[in-house]
Amino acid sequence: MSGPILQLERLGKNYGALRVTDDVSLAIEPGELHAIIGPNGAGKTTLVHQISGLARTDSGRILFEGQDVTRTRMPERVRLGLARSFQITSVLPGFTALENVALAVQARSGSSFRFFTPASRDPALNRPARELLDRFGLGARADVPASLLSYGEKRQLELAIALATDPKLLILDEPLAGTSHDESRAVVEILRGLKGRISILLIEHDMEAVFSLADRVSVLVYGRLIATGTPAAIRSDAQVRAAYLGEEEVVA
Amino acid sequence: MSQALRDDPAAAGEGRVAAQPRTGMGLLFRAWLPILLFGLLALVPLLAKLGAEGFIISLLTRVVILGLAAMALDLLIGFGGLVSFGHAAFIGIGAYSVGILSSHGQEDLLVQLAVAAAVSVAFALASGAIALRTHGVYFIMITLAFGQMLFFLATSLAAYGGDDGLTLSGRSTLAGRPLLKGDVTLYYLSLAVLLLAYLLCRRLVASRFGRVLRGARENEIRMEAIGFEPFPYRLVAYAVAGALAGIAGVLLANQSEFVSPAVMSWQRSGDLIFMVVLGGLGTLHGAIIGSAAFLLIEEVLSHFTEHWRIIFGPLLILAVLFIRGGLVGRLGRGL
Repeated sequence: MSGPILQLERLGKNYGALRVTDDVSLAIEPGELHAIIGPNGAGKTTLVHQISGLARTDSGRILFEGQDVTRTRMPERVRLGLARSFQITSVLPGFTALENVALAVQARSGSSFRFFTPASRDPALNRPARELLDRFGLGARADVPASLLSYGEKRQLELAIALATDPKLLILDEPLAGTSHDESRAVVEILRGLKGRISILLIEHDMEAVFSLADRVSVLVYGRLIATGTPAAIRSDAQVRAAYLGEEEVVA
Repeated sequence: MSQALRDDPAAAGEGRVAAQPRTGMGLLFRAWLPILLFGLLALVPLLAKLGAEGFIISLLTRVVILGLAAMALDLLIGFGGLVSFGHAAFIGIGAYSVGILSSHGQEDLLVQLAVAAAVSVAFALASGAIALRTHGVYFIMITLAFGQMLFFLATSLAAYGGDDGLTLSGRSTLAGRPLLKGDVTLYYLSLAVLLLAYLLCRRLVASRFGRVLRGARENEIRMEAIGFEPFPYRLVAYAVAGALAGIAGVLLANQSEFVSPAVMSWQRSGDLIFMVVLGGLGTLHGAIIGSAAFLLIEEVLSHFTEHWRIIFGPLLILAVLFIRGGLVGRLGRGL
């Protein structure tokens, strides 16, 4: 497969008179880790909703591996290999950590119209799920109901679930938000390990993480992409500094 | 003890109704409760010989039959999060399958069961395909509307008694023989059907299919975000629950030897929901316990006063408010 894995063509969405994303065009190459930064209310999450299929797109096109998925429903996009995590943690609270991940494994492994074999003892589901939990350091918490996990653990579980769908492109909506220092370092290391193997679109406020991980960075302000480039280029971009980074001196 | 468990974060934090007991005794009890329940149901007719046998058997048969319909409804409400307010319609389909077929001379139970199940599935697929496109209160209203549709259809069936219903010439036959004539036989047949359906449902909710159904109840968007479209799974669950209630309808018609639109009134649908909630959502056997509690309380109260509903209503409300997790949850925590 040559050409970009994800291509956005003049994407737009309105909520009433409010233009939330405006004429967004962007191409993400296979294996690339592409970060989108921008101030609060810039439309980052709306963009994620549009790409993942949770929100309808009003104008423009979304091409995934060259295929137009603008009107494709979210479950179908996931089956094509486009997975996402949520900014506001979204796990199944009554399911254990293991069951949460096993269900995502189940989604990609044949039919779920199987009525009589107990799923909880199915090694085809549990083995890959357990491996993923171990990778996120959640192995010891496998049998804990997700509602009882700490906030940071839930964030990691959320990532494990997204990875369990075996995505080609993973969209992460602020995976580090609310995690402790150690947890966030662990997540950054996991992302570094994934880099190059799958494409990642990362929405994140943690500038240190963004600039150390990303191959390219795009800046979204008031629903418009004002710049796209290497981390170094973005850091020195005058327009970006004025619109966004100028206020935050964290980027040394 | 009970206070300590109430503070258990597992019980407080979760949307699940049935609280997990932490104690060994509680767990043991939980595992054995269904066996205890079915054992008790199997033995009661023997004890009944001591008292008013006919009355007790007929009451228990209704407990078992409505328990079957309520358990099917628990599959939808407790595991699928789908509050169907038209479940009595399927009981009606089952009952009228018996009434209509036998008035044309077809009295074989197996044929009646097959027809009842097939028509129930067909009605569930057709009405579910529409109702399951909606959510929450709209789903409740649409299922109610479909139920009322069948109710009024039944009242207009002049050839089969219309409003007044029709009296069966006798109970269904098996291989041409009147094997169900005895009340005790009918009771044990109903109990066997209930046990079979219970085992089937238990497997169902633990299977891959069941996981998708439960997952979609907890967080639909999450399910879509891992690649599941909940609709077809819900539709199949709706059809299974419909077929089971249809079978309950066949048994109910045999029990009363009378079929009328009243078997599928919307009040009956409401009663079924009450039974499920009273017994404990998402437990299956809870629905059977709920059916027993509901019918027994109704029976006892109606002996005292003819205005028994004035007591029954508030009693149910109090029970639902204060017995968290239903009777099963209550029992599991130790009384």
